[in-house]
Amino acid sequence: MSSHAAPEHGAFTGEIAKPNTAWIWKTFWVLVIITAVEFAIAFSMTSPGLRTVRNSIFIVMTILKAFFIVGEFMHLKHEVKSLIWTILVPTALLVWLVVALVTEGSYVGEVLSHMFSR
Amino acid sequence: MAQSTTLQPSAASAAYTDAPRTGTWDGGNEPFKASYGKLMMWFFLLSDTFTFGAFLTAYGLIRHKHGVYTGAAKDFFFSTAHWPIPEKVFNSFPGMHGVDLPLAFVALMTMILIFSSVTMVLAVEAGHRMDKADVQKWLLWTILFGSMFLSSQALEWTHFIGGEGPGTRMADGTIMHGANLAVNQYGPPLFADLFFFITGFHGTHVFSGVCLLVWCFIATTNGTFEKRGHYEMIEKIGLYWHFVDLVWVFVFTFFYLV
Repeated sequence: MSSHAAPEHGAFTGEIAKPNTAWIWKTFWVLVIITAVEFAIAFSMTSPGLRTVRNSIFIVMTILKAFFIVGEFMHLKHEVKSLIWTILVPTALLVWLVVALVTEGSYVGEVLSHMFSR
Repeated sequence: MAQSTTLQPSAASAAYTDAPRTGTWDGGNEPFKASYGKLMMWFFLLSDTFTFGAFLTAYGLIRHKHGVYTGAAKDFFFSTAHWPIPEKVFNSFPGMHGVDLPLAFVALMTMILIFSSVTMVLAVEAGHRMDKADVQKWLLWTILFGSMFLSSQALEWTHFIGGEGPGTRMADGTIMHGANLAVNQYGPPLFADLFFFITGFHGTHVFSGVCLLVWCFIATTNGTFEKRGHYEMIEKIGLYWHFVDLVWVFVFTFFYLV
């Protein structure tokens, strides 16, 4: 997928090259299809027993969409490895923070309902 | 200038003033093979990720602190005892009063933002080819879609604040329509607070993005980037714009779907 790498600057001769946009539209369709599937699931998996499964699917699909936006549109996939890791490692720590505090939230809710309602 | 009053080593000072610095420890190397501007934009976006991450973390904690509605979806009712189901709150479409269209408007907003991302990449691609007319064309499309998204969000906010339907009877017996920072008809007060803060902060980012794009369009039209020999500024603004789209992907999942 490095076919759309930026050409070297400074060699502008007045001639304009042909647009190379196939990869952009491919990424666009991937994003549209994932979003459409998300909507389909939002309306077809409504039973409360499937909540956890449904939400897990949503989160996986969100991360997939993020991968395509950051990797292709923001070009991170085609940068050097050290830059990729510089961006990804702090973000991974953030995921840990979210998981930790969501768990904490359930606990806080439980404690408050036990302390004040009976 | 080459006098020994400066802190520079006097022997090297002549070379420093005219020749470009090329040594490894002399500013000659680009870290990560990315230009200064792009690298700084990446680091800014990383810091912005922390800001939005803090918002979403707070959202997760507060949502899990509140009760969950456990009954069937068709019997759902608004109450401060449980967190509202998103498709029962966001179920209207401008111009179609009283029709139950769950998540239809937010689907449209999501599509508009994805489209604006595509036109932004197309502008960046045109910049690589030094195609001024194409850059202008795609920047204008991006500005249009960005403005459409902002207008949609204004409608969404107006509807959320104004409320619809019979409203909800509050603890003091009064009927509450719509929402403000202290009370709302949809659920716990923090539900509306998080809605205002998260979508508001995201909308502010979109607004800043549209302003930057308008400036980019003017600079492109004036030939600023053409004279400079490259359209890297469009790339940097493009990174910011895609980040805003990325944040919406997460807001959409955690506020409207989950």
